[in-house]
Amino acid sequence: MRAAVIVFPGSNCDRDMGVALRAAGADVSMVWHKDAELPQGVDLVAIPGGFSFGDYLRCGAIAANSPVSRAIIAHAQRGGYVLGVCNGFQVLTETGLLPGALMRNAGLKFICKDVALTVETTQSDFTNAYRQDQILHFPVAHHDGNYQAENAVLDELEGEGRVAFKYVDTPNGSARDIAGVLSANKRVLGLMPHPERAVDVAHGGTDGSPLFGALVQALTLA
Amino acid sequence: MKARVHVMLKNGVLDPQGEAVRHALGAMGFDGVSGVRQGKVIDLDLADGTSEETVRQMCEKLLANTVIESFTIEMGQG
Repeated sequence: MRAAVIVFPGSNCDRDMGVALRAAGADVSMVWHKDAELPQGVDLVAIPGGFSFGDYLRCGAIAANSPVSRAIIAHAQRGGYVLGVCNGFQVLTETGLLPGALMRNAGLKFICKDVALTVETTQSDFTNAYRQDQILHFPVAHHDGNYQAENAVLDELEGEGRVAFKYVDTPNGSARDIAGVLSANKRVLGLMPHPERAVDVAHGGTDGSPLFGALVQALTLA
Repeated sequence: MKARVHVMLKNGVLDPQGEAVRHALGAMGFDGVSGVRQGKVIDLDLADGTSEETVRQMCEKLLANTVIESFTIEMGQG
């Protein structure tokens, strides 16, 4: 399985993402944001956390319009897999590949801590190694993780099983406690918590490992 | 030529920063401030003849996130 980790100026979880994917068995290449094309045969694009372009204008807005993002959109439109974590989730909403927007945390503070999540669907190649309603612990580290969308959009996401994860105790004001959402074809996932920071005992937990393992397995068989 | 773009959160979208400013004003003794909404002003220096339609496309594609924000454009002289 071939994965590309995108690197923007200001990305800071790109290496962690690479380590997590390699540990799961993926063949990982790092791709600079000015590259207008993805490497040949890429199965998964991972957009890492960080502060791309200094969060100028809006988090993820400049990154969503960089040359590589056009290639990422084309990859997703061909049915390719995309994982966006934290700033990567913000980039995905800014590109329109995922609905909604991530606003300033309701408490206005930057939040950096472990949070508990529930698995809301196992019907995706990202989440099929978990059990329905399983409780996971991932770290969050963000200032703008307050997920908002119109009620009709939220109803649609919930009705179609496109909410991947919810917070047990929402730290940031997100509508309906949503922590991560899937695209209509379930091949694009964006989430604020960091699964790649929970893949080693030394991280304090390994709840993220099954997500990467499931992806590699699904895309290796494909 | 110049253009000025105002970007505001849409009505009905909670503005936590505006709320924090409202609370601070109340704490400072400024009574009667019932609402604060915070937005952005973006000034553009443009080639002569740039159309308002072009600026509108800039707003929709980058300057505003129309999921949560609305914008207005003032086309200026000189």
